Amino acid sequence: MAAPQRRLIFKHIDAPGYTNDIDCYIKHGGYDDLKKSITMEPTAIKDEVKKSQLRGRGGAGFSCGMKWSFIDAKKVTKPIYLICNADESEPGTFKDRQIIHKDPHQLIEGMIISCFANSVKLAYLYIRGEFPEGAKILERAIEEARAKNFIGKNILGTGYELEIYIHRGAGAYICGEETGLIESLEGKRAYPRIKPPYFPAVLGLYMCPTIVNNVETLCNVKHVINMGGEAFAKIGTPNNTGTRVLCVSGDVNKPGYYEFECGSLTMGELINDVCGGIRNGRKLKAVIPGGSSAKVLRAGEKFKLKQKGADGAMVDKEITLEDIPVDFDSFAAVGTMAGSGGVIVMDDSRDMVECLANISEFYAHESCGQCTPCREGSLWMKKITHRMAHGQARKEDSALLKNVADNIAGRTICAFGEACSWPVQSFLAKFPEEFQAKANKDEELVLGK
Amino acid sequence: MAITLLPEFENKIETAITHYPVSKRSASLPLLHLWQEEFGHISDEAIDWIAAKLDLQPINILELVTFYPMFRRQPFGKHHIRICRTLSCALGGSYETHACFKKATGAEGDDHGPVSSPDGKYTIEFVECLASCGTAPVVMMNDDFYEDVNESKIQELLQKYQ
Repeated sequence: MAAPQRRLIFKHIDAPGYTNDIDCYIKHGGYDDLKKSITMEPTAIKDEVKKSQLRGRGGAGFSCGMKWSFIDAKKVTKPIYLICNADESEPGTFKDRQIIHKDPHQLIEGMIISCFANSVKLAYLYIRGEFPEGAKILERAIEEARAKNFIGKNILGTGYELEIYIHRGAGAYICGEETGLIESLEGKRAYPRIKPPYFPAVLGLYMCPTIVNNVETLCNVKHVINMGGEAFAKIGTPNNTGTRVLCVSGDVNKPGYYEFECGSLTMGELINDVCGGIRNGRKLKAVIPGGSSAKVLRAGEKFKLKQKGADGAMVDKEITLEDIPVDFDSFAAVGTMAGSGGVIVMDDSRDMVECLANISEFYAHESCGQCTPCREGSLWMKKITHRMAHGQARKEDSALLKNVADNIAGRTICAFGEACSWPVQSFLAKFPEEFQAKANKDEELVLGK
Repeated sequence: MAITLLPEFENKIETAITHYPVSKRSASLPLLHLWQEEFGHISDEAIDWIAAKLDLQPINILELVTFYPMFRRQPFGKHHIRICRTLSCALGGSYETHACFKKATGAEGDDHGPVSSPDGKYTIEFVECLASCGTAPVVMMNDDFYEDVNESKIQELLQKYQ
């Protein structure tokens, strides 16, 4: 049986009687952590975050303390900006929407603490355009926080001043990429910038040092301050600290969002115990574990994972998809990623070529068009997967598709190149017979039998 | 160019610009959103007006309108119906939902892009992931959000949005 949920970020979300206004938030201890932080030295807050080993929840899993340490407020002469990335748009991910709609002040409080820690006086909250209601809720929350002197001039009498503004995107997935987001916030097309030299910590918004953090990461900062970095680091497993909000969708009986200590349950427990197993009495076929960009895993596949043996020494263990612990490092070790926490489950009636055609259409639509391999390649991957899915596959299509994908990854300015080619490469590698069967129509596979 | 703008609208524009003390250009997207909410689409006049307001060239605004999918150059129907197309919603039946909305409103066209009903009441559009994959398929009726929209809910929604 799976370990019980540990709700840290989602503690109050969906709780009976909990509302998203500031009075309810304060009644539940809200803004106490801000009051505590603002008496601390900013560097002491940064130390706690470093000690917590908190990793970014947006997709890359980069250390938050490390990201913050790139900027030394004492040495920087330019203004420092902080941007909350609420451009949630990785297919399979739907956690930020819940936080924004149901507990916006938790995010605002986390954001103010993070701004104070990094000597930020002007911050933006970049929310995707398709969240018009979320933007209104956040605007109201900011006004409420301003009325209580948590935002604005001379915050809580300390002399610290901070403004936070909401900035709405307009339907482009690429704005979730931090340098694309910055360009967009500057009023331009969201073409990602090349790194180096344009690391946000050095040349970010308006060419000033900038921190870009995900919604869930900023919420976590509040809890790091609440319990202290060392206590936070005890949640989860070493190097995979804290909790993880998992968004499960697709062919399960109980799709939804669940929060667990990192590494406290396995993929099998998540799917079978927490989500009630595969719907319609079918069998598990495939899982995309961390948003649609993550490489697909096939049921029945065997993976090698280093785990602690009986004598405490690390040994290579052969495990199945169901045995994989849900944390950053385990997913990386089996060749995919924990990404954004969006788990998409597919049952044995699903045509993998069709699923890939759907994903490839997404990436063809969302490529910003700046780099040729991605602009041209994503479109070709859509065209080829579509003709394969619609009975017009050519003999050479599997090889052609792989060739296109292999020529995108690693050859683009931003990680979108990997994001669009990893699904193609992994679907082809894991389900070669389904792609081949499309080319040899007389061998058509009968699915779900 | 003779555009008369309501004072409340101009106030909203001025307020939006104050949010970007470092660079007025940053107010491009907010101004485009405000304009589209007020007038329904981004006309040539809109592009010229916003560019002039922000001390930019019209091309700086036009290139945004052609890049960001939410902005439109043509008027849409009275109600904009957005149906999520991406994987989790597709697994939950969003292609059926999309087809059903088109059939029920008489909107024609194979395109995933916007198609309008003959009476001009509805514009139906397949869009990419709306970030609510656990309650697939999901639909936006104008700015309102609906979950688990299968065929049985479609008539009810169309009745509500007349």
